Amino acid sequence: MATTTLSKPALQPEGSAESLPNRRPKTPLSRALATVVVSVLAVAWLVPFAWATVTALKSETDAASTPISWIPASGFTFDAFAKVLQSGNIPTWTLNSLFTSAAITAITLVISASVAYAISRIDFRGKRMLMGVIVASIIIPPPVLIIPLFQQMQSLNLIDTYWALILPQVIHSPMVFVLKKFFDQIPRELEEAALMDGAGRLRIFTTIVLPLSRPILAAVAIFVFIGAWNNFLWPFIATNESSLLTLPVGLQTIKSAYGIQYAQNMASALLAALPLIVVFLFFQRQIIRGVATTGLAGT
Amino acid sequence: MSTAPATAPARESSGIRRSDLPAPVVKSSRSRRDNIHGWAFSAPFLVFFLMFLVWPMISGAIMSLTGKSLTGANSGFIGLANYTEAFADSDMWRSLGNTLYFTLISTVPLVVIALALAALVNMGLPAQWLWRLSFFSPFLLASTVVSLFFAWMYNPELGLFNDFLAKLGIPPVAWLNDPSVAMWAIVIATVWWTVGFNFLLYLAALQNIPQQHYEAASLDGAGGWRQFFSISLPQLGPTTVMIVILQILASLKVFDQIYQMTEGGPGGATRSIVQYIFEAGFTGYRLGYSAAISYIFFGLILLIALAQVFITRKRSA
Repeated sequence: MATTTLSKPALQPEGSAESLPNRRPKTPLSRALATVVVSVLAVAWLVPFAWATVTALKSETDAASTPISWIPASGFTFDAFAKVLQSGNIPTWTLNSLFTSAAITAITLVISASVAYAISRIDFRGKRMLMGVIVASIIIPPPVLIIPLFQQMQSLNLIDTYWALILPQVIHSPMVFVLKKFFDQIPRELEEAALMDGAGRLRIFTTIVLPLSRPILAAVAIFVFIGAWNNFLWPFIATNESSLLTLPVGLQTIKSAYGIQYAQNMASALLAALPLIVVFLFFQRQIIRGVATTGLAGT
Repeated sequence: MSTAPATAPARESSGIRRSDLPAPVVKSSRSRRDNIHGWAFSAPFLVFFLMFLVWPMISGAIMSLTGKSLTGANSGFIGLANYTEAFADSDMWRSLGNTLYFTLISTVPLVVIALALAALVNMGLPAQWLWRLSFFSPFLLASTVVSLFFAWMYNPELGLFNDFLAKLGIPPVAWLNDPSVAMWAIVIATVWWTVGFNFLLYLAALQNIPQQHYEAASLDGAGGWRQFFSISLPQLGPTTVMIVILQILASLKVFDQIYQMTEGGPGGATRSIVQYIFEAGFTGYRLGYSAAISYIFFGLILLIALAQVFITRKRSA
């Protein structure tokens, strides 16, 4: 496949990908105009968050009263949040999401990095074919697999277990490709010296290659984690029991359970959104660089 | 984590890629040991790959030739009957049509708006982090959160959208209940949710364009628009091809936000092919039939992938 067309930015130098203002001379007028346009759009982009927050801080009566208003008649209240946290399963679901996403990310990193290392560095019979098969598999859309996977999990008696959530989500062929490309760029001399000293493959891999690959490993981890955290279709199929649901799936059940309790709906949605948004605020640079690095990997 | 990235640029700037060089020492010593090591390192991935990708692909293909049902009943091998039934199934075609329609009307704004935002932000605006934060943060939300937000804003009496329209003197719209509007409502939510991803990719690509190009152009007296169309846009060509292809493939898989906001309604007007697969299997209990439709969908994806290879070959030739 057209794998080579966009090989350029494996990883960008720290400064150039962000924060460096464009030195291109621009007339102040056009820049001011651009700032205004972008500001208006950015505010528009934040409206859904703001409206959800305001709604969640209303009483149910205020949330459902017309004409709609940004400032509730009976004042702001945390009732909806309190109710949702008391009665709902949101803390459990958050832990489920955290655990399964972390497990998926860890397994994906280990198995993808080691196969990518083998393909990049070890000259073994069949590796071209192996790489070809992995790259070709990128084209398989996950929804195509849901029916046979469900059947498989059912016959293994794994439906409604963490296994069913985790195991089918650890194959990320594009990430193997991304990692292989990064390993290709690491000078071989480092390893050859270690080989001469009698170090084994596994040692070289864990003590030389992996530490040098931290930026790309972080990028892959971020990408896989976000995907796993937000995945809906497969967890929706693989679990039914309320105590095992992940956040996105649990939220779907809340919607039907609470019905028209708008404030509680929005409070639940915000609580579900919170963890990744907080993580994003702290690791903004890494996440953005990670996405920019791995984002086009599927091609 | 924060110290690590410094290692990357040094490698890139060394100019020569190791993989481009002949590696005589390693090549000649392809040994039994290398074979063992190679497969040993590959084994963990291969196990998962075979169990949860290759095997489901095979068992799905087999299943599609049977009358297997979720209730356990199995009418055995029925040849291509599921496929002939699917090709005559107007609901299947309608779902496929809806999916293609969604793909068309979502891909265009998701690419064009992303490019426009990136070009604007790249004009040396202050507070770069703020724009990334605003446009990209929705991408971090689960589909369910997005659907809850938008279903609430689309609420006919209590929603922000109709309130806004009312202020402009426009009569209310039944966003999710009007068959001719519902898909557009889904597209609006989808653009809000995911355009930040393409925006980031475009921004990264824009920042990779060497400054000299622009400096040379402004010496020649080319203005901002000129520079955008004669330098940025052509330089972004390969990125655009990739983004468009990825976006098409992603849009074809649409399920979450539609299922959550309209359940495919009103009257099937927004039902996507993935939802049809889901429903044939889990509400209709017909696993065999569902597997057959999965394969028809896969065939469509393959066709598009082949078209991609064809287009990119032609471009690079």
